Order: sequence, then structure tokens, then C-alpha cells
Amino acid sequence: MLDLVWLLVVVPLVSGLGLLVWGRGADRFGHLIATAASTFAFVLGLLAFVELWGRPEDDRSFVRTLFTWISAGPFEVDMAYRFDPLSALFVLLITGVGTLIHVYSIGYMEHDPRRRRFFAYLNIFIAAMLTLVLAEDYLVMFLGWEGVGLASYLLIGFWQHKPSAAAAAKKAFVINRVGDVGIALAIMLMFAQFGTSSIGGVNASIGSATTSVATALGLLLLLGACGKSAQFPLQAWLLDAMEGPTPVSALIHAATMVTAGVYLVVRSNAIFDASETARTAVIVVGLITLLAGAWIGCTKDDIKKALAGSTMSQIGYMMLAAGLGPAGYAFAIFHLITHGFFKANMFLGAGSVMHGMDDDVDMRRYGALRKAMPVTFLTFAMGYLAIIGFPGFSGFWSKDKIIEAAFAHNFWVGMGTLLGAGVTAFYMTRLMLMTFFGEKRWADEVHPHESPKVMTVPLIVLAAASIFGGIMLLGYWIEEWLEPAVGPTEHHDFPIPVWAFSVIVTLVVAVGVAAAWATYGRKPIAAVAPSDDEVSVLTRAGRHELYGNTVNDTIAVRPTRHLTRFLVWFDGKGLDGFVTALADRLGDTSQFLRRPQTGYVRSYALSIFGGALVVVLALLVVTLA
Amino acid sequence: MTLTLLAATPIVGALVLMLLPRSAAGAGLVKAVAVAVSVLTLALALFVAYGYDTVEGGYQYVEQREWIGAIGASYALGVNGIGLTLVLLTTVLVPIVLLSAWGDRLPAGRSVNAYLAWMLVLEGLAIGVFSATDVFLFYVLFEATLVPIYFLIGAYGGPGRSYAAVKFLIYNLVGGLLMLAAVVGLYVVSAQSGEASYLLSDLTGVEMSQTTERLLFLGFMAAFAIKAPLWPLHTWLPDAAGNATPATSVLMVSIIDKVGTFGMLRYCLEIFPNASEWASPVVIVLAVISILYGALLAVGQDDIRRLIAYTSVSHFGFIILGIFVFTQTATAGATLYMFNHGLSTAALFLVTGMMIARRGSASIADFGGVQKVAPVMSGILLIAGLSSLSLPGLAPFVSEFMVLAGTFTRSITAAVFATLGIVLAAMYILIMYQRTMTGPLAAGAEGVTDLTGREVTALSPAILLIVALGFYPQPLLDVINPAVEDTLTSVGQSDPPPRTEVVQTSCEDEAAELPPSFCVSDDASGPSAPEEGGE
Repeated sequence: MLDLVWLLVVVPLVSGLGLLVWGRGADRFGHLIATAASTFAFVLGLLAFVELWGRPEDDRSFVRTLFTWISAGPFEVDMAYRFDPLSALFVLLITGVGTLIHVYSIGYMEHDPRRRRFFAYLNIFIAAMLTLVLAEDYLVMFLGWEGVGLASYLLIGFWQHKPSAAAAAKKAFVINRVGDVGIALAIMLMFAQFGTSSIGGVNASIGSATTSVATALGLLLLLGACGKSAQFPLQAWLLDAMEGPTPVSALIHAATMVTAGVYLVVRSNAIFDASETARTAVIVVGLITLLAGAWIGCTKDDIKKALAGSTMSQIGYMMLAAGLGPAGYAFAIFHLITHGFFKANMFLGAGSVMHGMDDDVDMRRYGALRKAMPVTFLTFAMGYLAIIGFPGFSGFWSKDKIIEAAFAHNFWVGMGTLLGAGVTAFYMTRLMLMTFFGEKRWADEVHPHESPKVMTVPLIVLAAASIFGGIMLLGYWIEEWLEPAVGPTEHHDFPIPVWAFSVIVTLVVAVGVAAAWATYGRKPIAAVAPSDDEVSVLTRAGRHELYGNTVNDTIAVRPTRHLTRFLVWFDGKGLDGFVTALADRLGDTSQFLRRPQTGYVRSYALSIFGGALVVVLALLVVTLA
Repeated sequence: MTLTLLAATPIVGALVLMLLPRSAAGAGLVKAVAVAVSVLTLALALFVAYGYDTVEGGYQYVEQREWIGAIGASYALGVNGIGLTLVLLTTVLVPIVLLSAWGDRLPAGRSVNAYLAWMLVLEGLAIGVFSATDVFLFYVLFEATLVPIYFLIGAYGGPGRSYAAVKFLIYNLVGGLLMLAAVVGLYVVSAQSGEASYLLSDLTGVEMSQTTERLLFLGFMAAFAIKAPLWPLHTWLPDAAGNATPATSVLMVSIIDKVGTFGMLRYCLEIFPNASEWASPVVIVLAVISILYGALLAVGQDDIRRLIAYTSVSHFGFIILGIFVFTQTATAGATLYMFNHGLSTAALFLVTGMMIARRGSASIADFGGVQKVAPVMSGILLIAGLSSLSLPGLAPFVSEFMVLAGTFTRSITAAVFATLGIVLAAMYILIMYQRTMTGPLAAGAEGVTDLTGREVTALSPAILLIVALGFYPQPLLDVINPAVEDTLTSVGQSDPPPRTEVVQTSCEDEAAELPPSFCVSDDASGPSAPEEGGE
């Protein structure tokens, strides 16, 4: 099975491209082919996973070279894949959640005339994402990395007749390209330093490199991770990306692609282990984003944007955990997986709600939907309990571990994660209350209804995963499983018992829930949002996404526009103007020189006479002197 | 004789076209003959490529006979990997161009016979330029290419065609004049060192004083830098491309402009190695300026054809950068880039040309929402655009990254600034795509119908090659690598070794006693490099 892992990429890729080339003839069954391709990848991934598990622990890194991609002198890059405990977990997450979302989309996109194209893009996304996590060379990873960027671009802009969707797609791609500059430079640096960009080669060489090289590599990779994972300061694209169809938000912009930055940091653990500075930078980025995302999540009335803020925040947790180094790598991945379950669950739940509400996303026009959509409500509630960290649910285990490790690292970082947990409970409770509880606030012509089975079954599966995902921690399985890829997990002594610590975290969560209930549960919610002037400064800032777009506009977009305008002027009037002027002067000179050539014999005679006179005079002067 | 035959085929074909009747009724036959001739040329070129021994490398299909004995000029042809790559580019693109030009509407009174004949003449001359191994022959053919392009722009272009054609001609003549002076100077140098000869093999390594070498280098470089075009000598290109038919633009930008970078690589580096090294800091700076300047200008354009012209200024910056950092990775990347840029830019010019012809306007502002009425066209434009922004998986990415990685080992600063170009590339392509293809259908753009079967057939070879070479560029690199190695050896340059000395191989730390399949099979990671190290 391990020899066939490359089929994981090839089958969805061929299916996706095939559906695009096939054209309208495949409209009727395209979605089935795509779903079959994704299911195939899941089954193959599962078999490979089981086979890997069956191997002895020190024998769980399977590397296979398929062919040489690029070879020129010292520059050599192989198309090689690495199937190890880390990539195996990702394969299961991507193909598992991916397949569920394919199934869900059959129902969700049923009435869209371009459904075949949508499924083709989904397949291409799966192929690119699997390339990203399976790559044994950073350059091959970059192929997957930009490949998922392309899929994300195509899917955010899927409804491209909407100018807002097209703009959001472009914005996402361009901001990601800023991050990609970091990755590209990191790969160049690897090549210059080690003569290779293969993960095995870099891991083997990093020990011999200086700390400054490791720091530079770490910071450059972090820049890339910030772009893909919507971390500060490259976070501004994610909320706009909600223009895409909701299954896309669930798969790409919640469960898988946006977590690629975390994967990158964990995969590059050898580099980050070698540089304390780089790790600290990761922690700072994670901490800022986790609080900023939670803040934004508290203020948005658009259900998808509230969830997107939450995604930013949760990835901030993972990033922070990854920045803790050996104490946090395994927990970053653990939270990444549980988050993949419960966030995909909630996004699909939000999609189900929108499906029943004529695609309205404004929670102020929801309310009391629990009766109209019982399955959606119950499954969503499981996701809700998981994300706030209700004891026993998957998120409880994974987030607790991160908060614990953060406290062990530094008290204030720990306090930040604890505060984040409280705010998470607040905004998620707010979202629940506004959507499913209280009075109905929708218009009379809207008839909320439960979604078809093809959509609710994936919800039920994901809800189950949201509840039981924490099982991975049983017997510290996740730590041991990942050890071959990320090294042993460091444990720290803790001043208080772990159970007491969990109680404290749970109390903070309870405070968050209570605060939300006090604000949104006890009194009716206005069906129209209060204007910016009526809300507090904090809310206003959150609604404007902490002015991230304004900042980008001021420091990047507008200066570029001015520079471009100036250069267009300079190129036309300056450079080309200079050349044209030069040509004109030459023209004038020839006009001037042409003037004596009048064609009149008398004027020629006159000039001959004048010339002769000059010569004679000159001769005279010379002889006399 | 093979190369002579290859270059002569399209020129003979052009003569045949001129003999065919010039009636509207016979236009179909004329076009069919032109395409057939170009396909025949392609078949010959593939035969040449098939017979080229990549293990042997060096110049093959060599032919040489005395031409003008008095000045030592010979008629000498031969291709090495670099020349062969560009011959292939030429012969692959011309059928695509001719098929795409099928529907071109020409100005009143112009015959399709001459239009297509000039293109075939240009193809023949281009093959000659890329296979010449005598400097004088190269110069003559280099200047001769101006004539077909002048007529193709001046007689068949858009409203501003006269101005554009004259501007093109004057710019390039000035460059050619400087080169002519250097060619004469080279005769003097060669005559002083023994018997006068213009053969590249005789001129490589010829003795000359430092000043002479630098002056002669500048003469050649000026001509090539105008052709390529390098900032600030680029201003003729947007005007020319903005007023030419798409077919002419492709022949000019994708093929003939490559003579500039090809000339730098073959003539500047090999004949004037010391002067090339002396000039390299300045050239590198100008190349990096070209990359960023061209990209920013492309972002600011409203005319689609001018936009593509400026993206080419940016791409030529990458190619020139790759040539003047003197590492094998970058030089091989630059050569591959010439091929890939040719494909990618051809696809862009041609598909936008089809779009522009349908709308009757080249202004981005006149489009919008075209995706809805022409999905196939929009898909092909997107792929061509993505290749222009160097998306991994498409051909230009491989070459661009090789140039960057090779540059990084010499100059981190240059590599960092050049890499910023990838952000601007995303902007200029995606902004154009967004404004033309997405959103509600713009008023006036309803008439933009989707591509016809013939148009799709014309474009698909380019698109297929762009994808195939993105995933598997090795066949071309196998041809290019030995030639690049030869060039750098004659310049006396080699790659800097990896900076970090690594003792163990990649397997040791994690799996010492594992079976080999569990090791990273590529262990070029460390110790192999130092042996070719040194300055």
C-alpha cells in the first residue's frame, strides 16, 4: 500500500482535470465521479495508515522517489513523497473530511448550473493539499502549497458573477503570494546553505548550520505560514474568503488548507528547534491572532464571518502550540485535527442553516431555528460544545493541553490562551443563541426547513467526531504516534495538579458562556444591527476586523497604486519622452543642416567663395606665424 | 546541410505563398499551405532534436564553408543545447501562430499571402540566427530579421502602426549599428592575433586588451539589451506590441526578442568573459529593475497588449539576471525560461488577441463578465495567465525558480528583490482576469463569443506543453545542461558550494539501520558539491 500512496494525489487530480476538460457532457454525473475519487483516496489513505501502524515504531517514515523533477548542475529536486505518522494523520483528515464535504456538496450545490466545475475544483484541491502534506522536498511542498492557493482562488471566486467574490478571490491569492515570498526565499536559502531542499536533507544538515541560518529559515517559513493560515499580519483575506460556497469554507478555510501553516511549522521542527528566536516569533504571532480572531468573532453578525474569526483564533492556538517547540508540536496537531472535525461540522451546519434560510447569513434574522432544523441544531451543538471545551468533548482535551503547555512556558502566554478560551465560549454561545434560540426574527416569506439526508448524514458523522475526537489522547497515543516525526513531547512539572488546572479552565469557559447568556439570552435581539455609532469602541473595531484592511491599504495598496501611477507617467513622459525628444532634436539638426542645401548655384558659389577665403586666411596666419 | 534545409524550408514556403493567387477565394488555400509549411518545418526540427546526442553535447549538425574570404567570414551553422532549444521554440510556435492568425482581419488592400509569407521568412531567419556559429553571419541574419517585423507591424498592424514600426526600426537599428562597430572591431582583434576569422570557435578565448574587450562587449550588449529588452531601453516594445497583430507580437516577443538574451549568453559571455564579469553588477541591477519596473507598469496598464508587453519586460529581467549571475542553476534556468516564456507569452497574446478581435477594443475597461459568455476562452486565459505569474505546476515556475535559486547563491539582495516580483505578477495577471472575465457582463461585451474549434486546436499545443513541462521539464534540461556547462567553463565560472558543510548523509540521524528504501534516495545534499567548488 505504501508504494501506492502517490495514487492519493493522482486519482483526484486526474478526476478533477478530466471533469474540466470533459465539459458539459459530464454535468449529470460529474459530482459522482469526483466524490468517488475522493472516497478512493480516503480508503487508500486508511489502508496505508493501517499498514504504517503495523510497522515497528522506528520504521514509520516511508520515503519514495518517483522521478527527478528538476536537475541542473547542483540543483536537484526529486518528486518524492514521505508517508510518516504526521503526513498519515493529515491524509486521513483531508480525505476523510474532504469526502464528507463532497457528499454534502452534492445536496448543497444541487441547483447550481456549474456543479460539475465545483466538484472538479474540489478534487484539484484535494490533490494539491495531499501534495503539500506528502512532499519530501520543500519545493514539491511549494507546488502543493500554491496549488491549494489556486484551488482556494477558484473556489472563493466560484460565484464570480458577484464582483465581491471575484475581489475576495484575488485578495486571497495576492496576500498569500506575499507569504509565499517567504517560502520561496527559505527554499533558496536551504539550497544555498545545504545544497538541497529535501526535508530529509535539511533535517540532517540543520545541526551543522549556524543559529542565524536557522532563525532566518524559521522566520521566512513563518511568513509563509502566516499567509496560508491567515495569521497576523497576513490575516486580512480570510473573512473575505467567506464569499465562497459554504462547503468550501468548511473544507478549505476551516478544516484543512488554512491549517497548512501549522503543518509547515511542525514539519520543519528541526529548524524551529534550532532557533529560539523563530519559536518566540511563532508564539507571538499565534497569541496575537488567537486574541484578535476571538475579538472579531464576538462582533460579527454574519454567521460565516463569526466562524471565520473563530477559525483564525483557533489556528492561533495551534500556531502558538507549535511555537512552544517539543512541548507543543503534538498538541498543535492534536488540536488541528479536532478543530478540523468540529469546525467543519459547524461550517456545514451554518451552510445547512443558510440552505433553509434562502442563503441569508445574517444571524440577526435567524432565531429559534432549533425547532425548524433539529438535526442541524443537534449536530451544531456538538461542535459548539467541542469548541468551547465542554468537559469530555474533543476540544476540551486538545485545547486544555495547549493552555497547559503555554502556562508551563510562560505565565503571561498562558494567561493569553486562558483569556482566549473565555472569549471563545462567549462568541460561540452568542452565535448559538442568535441562531437557534430566542424569538424567530426571520421574515414571513422565509420557510426554514431541515436539509436533505445527503447533507445531514455528513453532519452527523462530523458531530460524532467532534464528540469523540479526544480519544486520540487516550494513553497519550497522539504523542507517541507523532514521535517519529516531531520527536518526543517534553512534559513540564506543574505547580498545581492537572485536574485542578482543568477545573480553572472550565470555570473561565463557564464565565464566558454566562456573559453571553446575560447579553444575548435574557433579552430579545434586535433584528437590525445597531449602527456603528451606537456600539462600543471595542465592538466597532471588531466589526471592522481591527482595521486590518485599513492598515493594508495605507501601507501597501495605496503606495503601490501611487508608485504604479508615477511609473506609468515616468515611462511615458520621462523615459520615452526623453527618447522621443532626442529623436526630435536629431530631426531638428538634420533640418538645420539641410537648410544650406538649397539647390541654388549662386548660394553654393557663395559658400565656396567663403570657404576658400577661410582657407587662404588660415594659410596666411600659419605662414606668418 | 540539415540546418540549412531547416532554415530554408519556411523561406521557400514563403516564395510559394507569393506565387499563389491573391484572391479572397484563394485565401483559405494560402493559409493551409502556410500552416503545412510550418508543420513540415516543425517535423524537420523534431528530427534534428531527435538526432541530437545529449550525452555528447556540444555543437552538432555542424556545417561550414568559406563565405567572404577577405574578412574571414564563413557560412557556419551548428546547434548546441541552447541553440536547439530556441530552434524548437521557434518551430513549435510558428504553426500555433499561423493557425491562430487564420481569422486575422487585415487592413484594406493587404493580401494574406504577403502577411503569412513575411512570417515564414521570419521563421527561417530566426532558425538561422539561432544556428549561426559565425559572428558575421549571425550579425547579418540578426539585422535581416528587422525587415519582416518592420513590414508585419507597419503594414498589418493597428491604427498606430506606422509610428510603432518606425520606432521599432530606429531603436533596433541604433543597437545594430553599435554592434556593427563591435563586429568590425572584432575583425581587427582577430586579424591581429593571426588569421582573421569570425568563427565563434576561433573567437572564444581570443586575446585582446582590457579596454578593447570592454568596448566590444558594450557594442554587442547594447544591441542585445535593446532587443531583449532591458530597462531603460524597453520603450519601443509596448508601442510595437500594442499596434501589431497578435501573431506579429508573438513572433516578435516570444521568438525574435530571445535573440537578445541568446546573444548575451552565447556571444557576450563566450567572447568577452572578463568584460561580462566586469559588467555583471550593473547588468544585475538593471535586470532586477526590469523585473520590478516591468511588473509595476503592467499593473498600471489599461491596454491588454501593452500589459502583456510589460510583463515580458519583467520576464526578460529574470532571464538576463539568470545569465549574468554565472551559476549553472541560474543559466540553465534562464535558457529554459526563454523557452517557457515563449510558450506562455504566446498563449497570452493569442488568446487575448481573439478576445480583442471579438470586442473590437483592447481596453480592459471595455470588458467584464466575459467568463459567462465565453467559458473556454476564460479558462485558457486563466491558464496562460497563471503560467505568466509562475504558478508551480506550470512550466515557467521551474525556470523562474531556478534563476532565483541560482541568483541567491551569488547575491542574496538581488534574489530578494527579484522574488518580490512574484507578488506583482499575481497582481497584474489576476487584476486583468478579474476585470475582463468576472463580475456582471459589461455592456458591449455580449458579442464576445466563445472560441471556435480551430482556435482551441491552435492554442491547445501551447497549453499542453505549459502543463507538461511544468511537471516534467527534464527532457529540455537534458538538452540544455551540457551546453550551459560548456558556456560557463569557457567563462571560467562555477557554482559556489553549499555554505554549510554537512558531515552525515540525510539518512543517518533517523534511520541508520533501515533498509535503503527508507532513506532519502537523493544524497546529493552535502559532500558531493565541494569537488566542483572554488572560485
